[in-house]
Amino acid sequence: MIRLFALFILLALPAKAEEIVLGLSRDQVAITATFEGSDILVFGAIKREAPIPDESDLGVIVTVMGPNEPVIVRRKDKRLGIWVNTDEVEVDAAPSFYAVATSAPMREVLKDVEDLRYGITIPRVIRSVGAVVEDSASFTRALIRIRAGEELYQVLEGAVDLEQETLFRTAISLPANLTEGEYEAHIFLTRDGKVIDEYITYIPVRKVGLERWLYNLAHDNAFLYGLMSLAIAIAAGWGASAAFSLLRR
Amino acid sequence: MQIYLPIAEVSVNAFLLLGLGGIVGILSGMFGVGGGFLMTPLLFFIGIPPAVAVATEANQIVASSFSGVLAHLKRKTVDLKMGTVLLIGGLVGSGLGIVLFNYLKSLGQVELLVQLCYVVFLGMIGTLMFFESLKAIRRAGKAGGTAPPTRRKHNWVHNLPLKMKFRVSGLYISVIPPLMVGVLVGVLAAIMGVGGGFIMVPAMIYLLGMPTKVVVGTSLFQIIFVTAFTTMLHATTNYTVDVVLAVLLLVGGVIGAQIGTRIGVKMKAEQLRILLALMVLAVCGKLAFDLLVQPAELYSLGEGGHS
Repeated sequence: MIRLFALFILLALPAKAEEIVLGLSRDQVAITATFEGSDILVFGAIKREAPIPDESDLGVIVTVMGPNEPVIVRRKDKRLGIWVNTDEVEVDAAPSFYAVATSAPMREVLKDVEDLRYGITIPRVIRSVGAVVEDSASFTRALIRIRAGEELYQVLEGAVDLEQETLFRTAISLPANLTEGEYEAHIFLTRDGKVIDEYITYIPVRKVGLERWLYNLAHDNAFLYGLMSLAIAIAAGWGASAAFSLLRR
Repeated sequence: MQIYLPIAEVSVNAFLLLGLGGIVGILSGMFGVGGGFLMTPLLFFIGIPPAVAVATEANQIVASSFSGVLAHLKRKTVDLKMGTVLLIGGLVGSGLGIVLFNYLKSLGQVELLVQLCYVVFLGMIGTLMFFESLKAIRRAGKAGGTAPPTRRKHNWVHNLPLKMKFRVSGLYISVIPPLMVGVLVGVLAAIMGVGGGFIMVPAMIYLLGMPTKVVVGTSLFQIIFVTAFTTMLHATTNYTVDVVLAVLLLVGGVIGAQIGTRIGVKMKAEQLRILLALMVLAVCGKLAFDLLVQPAELYSLGEGGHS
């Protein structure tokens, strides 16, 4: 009898009580010559087999993360009367962009243990191992502060609209100074701060057209690119000179 | 109008870049300096990554100098022979400069050294030029408007071997001092991301004793080739030349340079020199101020990687 009951539970497990169904306003971001940043609308619904449980609080967290890169954080100090870089800490992996939007204050939608496990808040996302400098935490804080100032790191508490515990939507604005790569949109569904479902999708951010062509040429055919840059420079210099002598005549 | 730069990977206002190019171009045409010592720090201030700013600036200087040198060639105010000697030194210096630059980069202190270089060189040259031109203007005032022909002093420069005749400059001197000037300018070009006109022009006047008339054209001639060489080095080793940024700067720059050259012809050499001296001192003061005063943000970010 007990075995039968266990089997029943095992069979029932894969079907979650609540699941995320997602939509994105765009499935890729194209960086063109006049790129000024872009808004991505993340919207979706929560699919249920059973009625809404009314005892616990539902939360939605949306994160968008750019490619991870190592970063060196340097600190200045006064030496011989001038300010120079004295200490540095290498952060092994920090996302080039990270936005986290929630449907309610972070404390209410996410428990610390869950944050530790899934790596959702900004300090948890940045990995720094083997830092030998004293007070290395302040270096990580400085990294977050600087990137937040450039709108590359965003914490948007309460920015997710959650309607009737079923429909949710939020807009994440990507600034103009984006790094190319696969951006990861990660949606977490929480109940009482515990993650009950997650959903990942990718948004490629790519240069297109002339931007793409120049970037590729500069990296694949550097010599040719250099010559082209010089040719343009000389042509512009000569052209201006010729145009001005015509004007003087 | 915002425009996205493919290599710098930032978005900036196109008119801001055109304007910056234009203003620096006017100064470049007036004084015969490439304008790099102004433009490179300005590009840092508007958020262009330093590596891209330095490399792209070299490319832009090629354009503004080319435009300027054509105007000077027409007026026959270029000493091609002297220019070639300076150029040989410049190419050697640029190569040495890149080696030195990469060594400093491995120490992680390259920015500080670039800044210190700026402060020391701009400070020295600015002060020297300022007092020299002040004296010249006073002398001119006493003589009733026209400056008396200054007799060139015989210094150590004239006692070196390997003498060569430079007809356009009216000089018969050893090739060693111009070669040395060329090397120094080349090193500075590679390290500081400048053409080096701000140091070459005073060196030509005060050290080599060249007539002021041919100094500007000849320095532009040398700068074109040294910066072209530097551009190629940056483009092939660091991939940091942003051609879109360069085009925007040089469209403003070449037009500015043409206007500047015409303004320069109308002004007296002493006035020109005192203006340049004041400008050099202003940039020097700003950079020194930045080093001495506690910055608002003590931390800065750099590219990581274990390579």
